[in-house]
Amino acid sequence: MSILVNKDTKVIVQGFTGKEGTFHAEQCIDYGTNIVGGVTPNKGGETHLGKPVFNTVKDAVDATGATVSMVFVPPAFVADAVMEAADAGIELAVIITEGAPVKDMMFAKQYATKHNMKTIGPNCPGIITAQECKIGIMPGMIFKKGNVGLISKSGTLTYEGANQVVKEGFGISTAVGIGGDPIIGLSYKQILPMFEADPETEAIVMIGEIGGDLEIQAAKLIKEQITKPVVAFIAGQTAPKGKRMGHAGAIISGSAGTAKEKMEALEAAGVKVVVSPAEIGKAVAEVLAKK
Amino acid sequence: MNIHEYQAKEIFAEYGVPTPKGKIANSVEEAVENAKELGGPVWVVKAQIHAGGRGLGGGVKLAKSLDEVEKYAQEILGMTLVTHQTGPEGKLVQKVYIEDGADIKDELYLSVVLDRAQEMPIIMASTEGGMDIETVAEKTPEKIIKVTIDPSIGFQGFHGRELVFGLGITDKNEQRKMIDFASKLYKLYMDKDAEMIEINPLVKTGSGDFIALDGKMGFDDSALGRHPELEAMRDISEEDPDEREAAQYGLSYIALDGEIGCMVNGAGLAMGTMDTINYMGGTPANFLDVGGSANAQTVAKGFEIILKNPNVKAIFVNIFGGIVRCDRIANGILEATKLVDVHVPVVVRLDGTNAPEAAEILKNANIANVIPATDLADGAAKAVAAAKGEL
Repeated sequence: MSILVNKDTKVIVQGFTGKEGTFHAEQCIDYGTNIVGGVTPNKGGETHLGKPVFNTVKDAVDATGATVSMVFVPPAFVADAVMEAADAGIELAVIITEGAPVKDMMFAKQYATKHNMKTIGPNCPGIITAQECKIGIMPGMIFKKGNVGLISKSGTLTYEGANQVVKEGFGISTAVGIGGDPIIGLSYKQILPMFEADPETEAIVMIGEIGGDLEIQAAKLIKEQITKPVVAFIAGQTAPKGKRMGHAGAIISGSAGTAKEKMEALEAAGVKVVVSPAEIGKAVAEVLAKK
Repeated sequence: MNIHEYQAKEIFAEYGVPTPKGKIANSVEEAVENAKELGGPVWVVKAQIHAGGRGLGGGVKLAKSLDEVEKYAQEILGMTLVTHQTGPEGKLVQKVYIEDGADIKDELYLSVVLDRAQEMPIIMASTEGGMDIETVAEKTPEKIIKVTIDPSIGFQGFHGRELVFGLGITDKNEQRKMIDFASKLYKLYMDKDAEMIEINPLVKTGSGDFIALDGKMGFDDSALGRHPELEAMRDISEEDPDEREAAQYGLSYIALDGEIGCMVNGAGLAMGTMDTINYMGGTPANFLDVGGSANAQTVAKGFEIILKNPNVKAIFVNIFGGIVRCDRIANGILEATKLVDVHVPVVVRLDGTNAPEAAEILKNANIANVIPATDLADGAAKAVAAAKGEL
């Protein structure tokens, strides 16, 4: 078991033949992901990386039965690509691209929701079910199979966290990089209950950062619904106010969205909050030992 | 990207959002010339910098004669204005905006921002104009009206009614004017990919008109590509030169006031590295994300920018190599130390793909200044010790 994706998941790539799309699709195929084809307008009928290329997502879905799309198109075309995927009946779009305008995502996410399509990202490393299916740009070899679920706004902190968990002798069930933009798809609130329901997952690591209130919403939900132990780290305790810390969404606006308020809310919800990401692995070992 | 008040007012005018008449000046002579053209009898001389609180800092003056316009323009142009938003170093004023004085009856507040929780724009309004809105929100939250606009339907009549009844506007003529004002502001917000528009104060004049006395506007950086007219409004003198230089090389840099320079891949890990240094008793000198494809050139540039800061006593390079292999980054670091004179200790932690090979490369290079570390905790501890001269 795992959440959202596994070895049987049929995946297409939007922006398949571009430089980034090609490089990462190849890595995913090597990892074992069941990539069944890709979409690049005007290249329909060609073969790329040994897989068929289609002009439209509809054609790709009809021919392959794909349910998940990995989106690599340039920022200005992300919304279009996501809406096309939703329209074609894709169930989950994983949007890797960084720099999509916020307004575009506002409309694209509304449209996706209307069509019951889940989205992950944009500006994220993607999702990986260890040793089964990697849909994204993360280094696959770090993620050994195990019983820890991971949700993170940050790419490299996902790797850091997973690496520590593995070094402590545990492993990852599924890791989801949800992205650091102001508007993102699936978030803690939707993913935490999935891990709660997943029999393979026994503990959850959640990595957040300054800006917005998704972590606060998560704290409320954890208090009410999550019985599995949760370890959390919030990046940006030392970040100055009003400065965008690399991610478009990582900004303390006025006095809202600080690491402190998020850490306090999570602690109050019974989460084991660590002050440094260097402590994630040990904290996981601790909460699992208590079980 | 933020713009100046005078630029925001140009955009307001384009959308039919009423503003006082005004003209921008780069010199005292121009300021007086503008004042003559506007006619008076009273003018407001306003410093143009990207920060709020200008009035309290002495950057906004009411002039009752052309002589006073001249006097205030003289005072303000070239001054270093310090407000609660500029930081103690303040900002140099290079432009003044000369504006007609307004007949102020009431001061209101109006803004359009993205509500991240609802993922839709909201209009925020208050009768407590002229005050810091955070203070109003804290002390009298009931005085802030929030109207969410679902972008799929846009600004409708009921949004307008919620707004005017919330503000206690009872005169039908005034209601109509305020609704018109807000709907135009919403249109502007959407059209221009704004991130935030704030008018504080929005004044009601003696004759019952609503005008934007101030204007603050910020835009979504990711959308500037489709707005060349906005990109043309960029004032680079308002940006930190080091941050700007870093951005040109694909690096994301923010200066802080500590002693340990940080070079990290990924924004989250970069913040996490700062937090870890702080946790271990050190102080981070900067945030620096070298991006996903760190190579010798970007690393060298990173060193160069970090070392411009005279407070830096040690550097912590913390890279989690994923797709980018650590051995390549290690070679990049060695090359970078040849390109840039790195005169402080550099603690290097390379983890992830090919980390053992990378460690070997650094060890064999045997550079006095380079201290290898095994993991994040080890690296942060060594960097803190190195900054204190204990390594």
